[in-house]
Amino acid sequence: MITDVVGGVVTPQVTWNMVRDIAQLFDYDFSRHAFAAGTVVAVVAGAVGYFVVLRALAFGAHALSHIGFAGAAGAGVVGADAVVGMLLFTVGGGSAIGLLGTRVRERDVAIGTVLAFMLGLGALFLQLYRGNVNNTYALLFGDIYGVSALALLITLAAGAATLLALACIYRPLLFASLDDEVAAARGVPVRAVGVMFMVLLALAVSDAVQVVGVLLVFGLLVTPAAISERLTARPARGLLLSSLLALLFTWLGLAVAYYAPGPPSFYITTFSFVTYVAVRVGTGMRERARGALPVLESL
Amino acid sequence: MAEGPPALELDSVSVRRSGRTIWHDASVAVAPGTFTAVVGPNGAGKTTLLKLLLGLMEPASGSVRVLGEPPRRGNPRIGYVPQRRSLDVDVPVRGVDLVGLGVDGHRWGFQVPGARRHDHRVRVNRALDEVGARPLSRRRVGRLSGGEQQRVLLAQALAGDPDLLLLDEPLASLDVRNQVVMAHLVNRVVRERGVSALMVTHDINPILGVIDAVVYIAQERVVAGAPSEIVSTPTLSAIYGAQVEVLRDSHGHVFVVGLDQEAAHPHDH
Repeated sequence: MITDVVGGVVTPQVTWNMVRDIAQLFDYDFSRHAFAAGTVVAVVAGAVGYFVVLRALAFGAHALSHIGFAGAAGAGVVGADAVVGMLLFTVGGGSAIGLLGTRVRERDVAIGTVLAFMLGLGALFLQLYRGNVNNTYALLFGDIYGVSALALLITLAAGAATLLALACIYRPLLFASLDDEVAAARGVPVRAVGVMFMVLLALAVSDAVQVVGVLLVFGLLVTPAAISERLTARPARGLLLSSLLALLFTWLGLAVAYYAPGPPSFYITTFSFVTYVAVRVGTGMRERARGALPVLESL
Repeated sequence: MAEGPPALELDSVSVRRSGRTIWHDASVAVAPGTFTAVVGPNGAGKTTLLKLLLGLMEPASGSVRVLGEPPRRGNPRIGYVPQRRSLDVDVPVRGVDLVGLGVDGHRWGFQVPGARRHDHRVRVNRALDEVGARPLSRRRVGRLSGGEQQRVLLAQALAGDPDLLLLDEPLASLDVRNQVVMAHLVNRVVRERGVSALMVTHDINPILGVIDAVVYIAQERVVAGAPSEIVSTPTLSAIYGAQVEVLRDSHGHVFVVGLDQEAAHPHDH
């Protein structure tokens, strides 16, 4: 069961006519907006997520969403739009994380410290704001049915800019992610490319929060990419597959949530989780069947 | 031997890092088209020499020239294989992708399908063939053995068509058989391509039979010359002190005694 923008209760029914059922998904503005925003967010999150997994930045992506939470709450205090606060905070936080470099142990401790502080800041802002609980809930778990026409436009613009920028830095980013020493020797500005990527990640996170919320960003940003990197060893193909999977999970989640009880973010994360487990088990079995466990192979 | 300026030329170069002198007053030259070993105890500053040539580090004093030019970052005439632990098992790329990055990974944007792509493939395949890694190149690099990974990484360095190869401890994680394979591969590349190669190694024995020259780095000093001339008791004793001795076993393997202990306790004197 879902509520439409004017608060009326809508109870669409599943029938045996699939064409009618699918057409019905687009009967309302809120649903059309949800599919449009979900599509943009999924494609961007899948593509950016490919590099998140490759660079072992999952924790950084998680932290960025919490930093975005503080930004959104802060925007509420000063009466600005939540998206604006989120973008400001995540881009700032992302640049800082990028400057920390790539030494994983040090980086993760620093990220965790900032993450805790930002959540504290978010708690303070929420109390100052005294806004309604619904907004906080939407921020934490996503509110794709609440995407306004303006928010959709911002999402589209940010998404297009992110994809364009990612295409521009694709090769040096891939090089630096796989082998920063050789990339640096070949003249790739490794640190600058890393910071640029963190800014793109910040944009992707801010976008994704609208769909799945702060707490569930992983479902779109990390899981599809992790699945894809187990299935293919070709970088360009892996990136495309990651986007496609994120798109598939989002569409399925939105469609199911339209007819069944529960929020879309639940279905999106469930589909990505189940697929991830299935692929892990499947690829693991394939390797054992070949008698070529990676550990043994390297001996 | 190839024509042209020396592969590298140091003129009274001193290097310091965080206040400590690594080595000083080094004046050595390496002829072009030669296979040169860079040897010496751990921590003596062998990798430092490579960083200097790559333009990733500045000398405290003196002048450095690589292939007749001052060092600069991103020099396309240098192919570099850094010292490393093996690649992560799950890295989602194939050998052929890594080698491809050696051709154009430093360029912005992504590879556009078209005429350039053919040229790209030709260069990648040529480099893979030179190290005999083409059959391995469709597999995930992380799943390859240490020796196979080193060959793919050498192919990546060759894919940029360099004039100088800088190889940092490529033999370190290999068994004896693979060390010999690697030594002969590099030797063949040097002869066939006419490039220069500088290989850092803590053990000179696997490459003693194929190298043209040795750069010896120990106790803050750098010397260079022919292997038989440098790796001998009189020469090393004259340079580093009387306690150095070069021993040879019945297979012709050499062992340098007396420099490691000193280097391990640099503050004892």
